[in-house]
Amino acid sequence: MTLWALFRLALVGFSRHRMRALLTALGIIIGVGAFITMVALGSGASAKVTQQIASMGSNMLVAFGGSSNAGGVRGGTGSSASLTDDDVDAIARTVQTVRWVAPMVQTQAQVVYGGANWATSISGTTPDYLDVRSWGVDSGAFFTAQDILAANKVCVVGQTVVDQLFGEEDPVGQFVRVRSLSCQVLGVLTRKGQNQMGQDQDDVVLMPYTTVRRKLFNAGGAAANAVSRILMSATSAGTTGQTQQQVLALLRQRHRTTEGDPADPSVRDLSEFAKVAEETTRTTTLLLASIAAVSLIVGGIGIMNIMLVSVTERTREIGIRLAVGARGRDILAQFLLEAIVLTAVGGAVGMVLGTVASRILSAAMEWPTLLGWQSYALGFTFSSVVGVVFGFYPAWRASRLDPIEALRYE
Amino acid sequence: MSLIVARELVKDYVMGDVVVNALRGVSLEIGRGEFVAVMGPSGSGKSTFMNLCGCLDRPTSGTYELDGVDVSALDRDQRAEIRNQKIGFVFQGFNLLARTSARDNVELPLTYAGMPTRERKARAAAALDAVGLADRAGHLPNQLSGGQQQRVAIARALVTDAPLLLADEPTGNLDSKTSDEVMGLLVQLNEERGMTIVLVTHEPDIALYARRVVAFRDGHIERDEIQTPRVPA
Repeated sequence: MTLWALFRLALVGFSRHRMRALLTALGIIIGVGAFITMVALGSGASAKVTQQIASMGSNMLVAFGGSSNAGGVRGGTGSSASLTDDDVDAIARTVQTVRWVAPMVQTQAQVVYGGANWATSISGTTPDYLDVRSWGVDSGAFFTAQDILAANKVCVVGQTVVDQLFGEEDPVGQFVRVRSLSCQVLGVLTRKGQNQMGQDQDDVVLMPYTTVRRKLFNAGGAAANAVSRILMSATSAGTTGQTQQQVLALLRQRHRTTEGDPADPSVRDLSEFAKVAEETTRTTTLLLASIAAVSLIVGGIGIMNIMLVSVTERTREIGIRLAVGARGRDILAQFLLEAIVLTAVGGAVGMVLGTVASRILSAAMEWPTLLGWQSYALGFTFSSVVGVVFGFYPAWRASRLDPIEALRYE
Repeated sequence: MSLIVARELVKDYVMGDVVVNALRGVSLEIGRGEFVAVMGPSGSGKSTFMNLCGCLDRPTSGTYELDGVDVSALDRDQRAEIRNQKIGFVFQGFNLLARTSARDNVELPLTYAGMPTRERKARAAAALDAVGLADRAGHLPNQLSGGQQQRVAIARALVTDAPLLLADEPTGNLDSKTSDEVMGLLVQLNEERGMTIVLVTHEPDIALYARRVVAFRDGHIERDEIQTPRVPA
């Protein structure tokens, strides 16, 4: 018998036993549906985490100064503000795997525009900051190297600051007052949203770090060169560890400190944090997928169960077929194909239902979902394998029946 | 050359601890175009002989040649092919596929022979016409009377142009009038097409239609004689 004839035979068989076919397929429908839904939820969550991590910056490292010690009162990490412009230059010059480096000088300040005011964090930095943080300017422009040299009274504001101070008004070109300093808004940053700690990354005003030091802090002496931290981007995800080592060694050499020293600077690899988060979501996805896989296997056992009953019930039919010349492999192929068609159809319906279910869950729970062709391919392959594996034994039993016994079966 | 040549056929069954000697050395030749009735009480070995004759089973010892081929040593699948090409079966219980039209039932042996659809359809239609059921081709078995169902089964047996038709109690489930009709059809196939017919029955009335009667008892052939067949009404 040709494959097509067997396929038609299977379809005719199902049309004669609609309820049984439906119940059998139901196990697979639910299994594949659950699989697709779980994978969609899992990879959606994973994608969200990846996106959050990417918003932090790419392959980012942060260097802090050591802790201060003023008469026995110890400050925290970075409190000594011992890092300087020279450290920034040295890193940029000597560490090959650093792609971008941006000094940071930070403070909190009240920002006033017209009748509105808002307390926000003021970050002094350089244009490299945008690259390190994978950030961009939404409207207007960022300040330039020229602004840094001249310590111009300019700033770029985050979306939250815009919302709080300007409302619907276009902030570009306007003047805001930061403490007593009047500075012009050059541009607005794109919206970045919350970071993983739930901190609003858009609640910020960026200024040239020279401006912050000289005009906000009016710093003199050693403080005139101090930066609170240094942000860096490694050339690739693979070089972050190496970069961390090299930068730390360089800073220790420059500051003549050793490990354990209170003034010892530290360098943190933020991508490690990202890796852990990614690992966690991958594990979650895997867990969800394996639960769904178990339900698929249960569906497969259901198929085997019903196929076994069906073989018994159709013993006489098998006897007739054998008598008129069906070979063992014809019977095997017939029953195996029935199982495969059931799982394939069940799998297809399951995929549709799974897609619909994940859309609904996504909307109801505000949980992002992601379905790639890989999920469908995997679901389809899995259900077909289940069909073959669990359909084989009943089909084999059918093919081994003795024609005389089978014909006599009541 | 004879169609069936059986030599010293022995068949033993093991049922639990007991060995049943169903056939104890049966030798028989049946020529082409013969109409033979196989008779005997239950347990005489006639059903076992029928199963061997129909290549549904293998003898414990002895040889069986069908149409010049020694089939006693063939494996399952080879026997299936022999059944497909050389033998048509007619059973007491009709043994049609349920919920399957008369046409599809008749086509069944041809699908396993791998015949192309067009030819298959044509031959199935011709076979149904030969048994007088051309107008019932689309009917399901449960929409047909017993006699009609048995005629569909006969059409299925002759559709492959097999040289041998094995009928196992073909009238066992039919009333006497319908039985006569079915037997008339078998006589007609035997006379007009030269089909060799081996008929297993325990009814003397039915055995009267055959030209030769072989009677089994206790696994042996007890009697093998030629008779003047009854002419169908």
